Amino acid sequence: MADGIGSQGRNLHWRKTRNLTIWVLILWVIFSFVVHAFAKGLNGMSFLGFPLGYYFAVQGSLAIFVILIFGQNYLQDKIDEEAGLGD
Amino acid sequence: MAESSERSQFIKNLPKIYGLYTGGFIVFILLMAVLEQLGVSAATIGVLFVAFTVVIYAVIGWLSRTMQVDAYYVAGREVPPVFNGMATAADWMSGASFVALAGGIYFGGHGYLAFVVGWTGGYVLVNSLMAPYLRKFGCYTVPDFIGTRYGGNLPRLVATVILFVASFTYVTAQINASGTIASRALLIPFEVGVWFGLLGILLCSMLGGMRAVTWTQVAQYIVLIIAYLVPVIWMSNVQGFGIIPHFSYGDAVSRIAELEQLYGVGMAPAGDPEVRGVRILTTLHNEPGTGMASWKFMTLAFCMMTGTASLPHILMRYFTTPSVRAARKSVSWSLLFIFLLYFTAPALATLTKLQVLDPNLATGIIGKQIEEINQLAWIQNWHDVGFLAIVDGNGDGLLQVNEFFMRPDIVVLATPEIAGLPYVISGLVAAGGMAAAMSTADGLLLAIANALSHDLYYKIIDPNADTKTRLIVARVLLIGIGILAALVASLRLTGILGAVAWAFDFAASGLFFPLVLGVWWKRANRQGAVAGMVLGFLAGTIYLWYVYTGGTPWLGIDHLRFAIIGMPVSLVAMVVVSLMTEAPSAEVQQMVDDIRDPSGTTILERT
Repeated sequence: MADGIGSQGRNLHWRKTRNLTIWVLILWVIFSFVVHAFAKGLNGMSFLGFPLGYYFAVQGSLAIFVILIFGQNYLQDKIDEEAGLGD
Repeated sequence: MAESSERSQFIKNLPKIYGLYTGGFIVFILLMAVLEQLGVSAATIGVLFVAFTVVIYAVIGWLSRTMQVDAYYVAGREVPPVFNGMATAADWMSGASFVALAGGIYFGGHGYLAFVVGWTGGYVLVNSLMAPYLRKFGCYTVPDFIGTRYGGNLPRLVATVILFVASFTYVTAQINASGTIASRALLIPFEVGVWFGLLGILLCSMLGGMRAVTWTQVAQYIVLIIAYLVPVIWMSNVQGFGIIPHFSYGDAVSRIAELEQLYGVGMAPAGDPEVRGVRILTTLHNEPGTGMASWKFMTLAFCMMTGTASLPHILMRYFTTPSVRAARKSVSWSLLFIFLLYFTAPALATLTKLQVLDPNLATGIIGKQIEEINQLAWIQNWHDVGFLAIVDGNGDGLLQVNEFFMRPDIVVLATPEIAGLPYVISGLVAAGGMAAAMSTADGLLLAIANALSHDLYYKIIDPNADTKTRLIVARVLLIGIGILAALVASLRLTGILGAVAWAFDFAASGLFFPLVLGVWWKRANRQGAVAGMVLGFLAGTIYLWYVYTGGTPWLGIDHLRFAIIGMPVSLVAMVVVSLMTEAPSAEVQQMVDDIRDPSGTTILERT
């Protein structure tokens, strides 16, 4: 409207933004809570010499959060540009 | 005009300026190492490290002085994402993260790692739900958003009160930490150390507000991350744990599990050490539980994450970027810089524990003659200051795992000595701890003083105040709150970490849903927001009071996780009351649409 893309364009942009956010939050739930709830079982497996459940709590989840945010921002920039709302 | 082109030149030169600064700091460390070789005493080196770095921060604070509202409240909205990431990381990592986190992991085992997961995962929420939208809004403070989105003075006032309680709890812990470090490094009494710490903190923030805090925080991040990583990597190389220990300590984890079984870790302490605050190792290093233990892990991580996304001193850092996209970018850099410390802490805890426990290593002490151990320099040094104690409970002359008492802080502070590194490293660690505590205290004090001066004074009490008056009021409040916090800190009411966790729970209970739903639910209105803030905050606080005064925790929800009670109350109250009252006006709904559009000018500039 003020930016000349009309409310339909804005609605589409918001729908895409919302969907991306939902996917990010699903991954967030998995690596924040689900993997740690099963830490005991995962410790039976080994990763880089670490018990897997332990690895998630000291490095794995943390690294995934970093990648998740960089990835989300890359995709969000693309959504903004497609809608002509980049800055 | 001259000022603005000078500023943009300054922004362009930032990498050069901080590159030189980092180089200068490394030269300073080398100089201290040379002085140590020349026979200068350990105490003098400690004093030089802390004094030199604090003076540098104060100089940066003085150079950044300003009398402009935009510069004072949001650093002129010109901070590039990478530098804002560093400033946020320093703002975020407190004295507790720096000094107490590795010790907590050492003693707390898997359950404690919920803090590590929680204090990083919270940034996913900051990035997805909060930072870009608040930046688009263009507010100066967090209550500014609540007040404008929901309209009226009541929501603004309630948000300011919650912000005050959460941030004040946190800042006393930081001033306490800076006092502890200053008193140990400068060899002055704790009560004097607290005031020295406060003076340094105010010098960084008073003259230049957010602009000064931003540039000192970047400088403090550089010091604190060097001070955290260098000892761990050096120790790992000296002790043969690998060049970069982070990727190779998996074997150490299994070896500790063997030794724990051998020594019978989990036994009751053998006798009374007669020193306050020290404890023996009773929790296994890597023994994740199921059922209740799992629930406790998840609830703690959840409270720390939602608290991260509601704490105003973090959210306001994202008001300082030039654009919405830059705000998002700076969240990703923030988390990367924070990650560097948080994925080092468990490596440090594990390797230090192995060095103490393993009889095959030269540093191992368990199972050896107590007489011999009492001769070790690091045991004597830390015993003298009450950080560790040895009690021969069974009288066999050998040290058992339940006869060795220590304070958790020792894991970071004493690691250089345990591993036999030169004293210059210990001085560096003290400077890092000081940087961590000061940078967080700065951000918190500014968050409180800005909310009181902008939201309470300017927006509610005297909307006609001129710029000069507003900025003078802001500074008077900053000093007043600093003094109040130092007075409370010198009473030493709680340990560092207890108070830190409370701040997260207070913020999550009162502010999380009003902030999130303000962006994500158009139907949320003023009455709902007030109900959500007031009832959520009260429910959490009353529950904390109940548990703290000896009530039985319900479902294992103790004083560290009381947001698990406050948050659902806040959500339900906010939704029910919003639906029972009138929908917000068309203009407010239009404003929410505008927040969601990342392009164009901020909302507040349009009105």
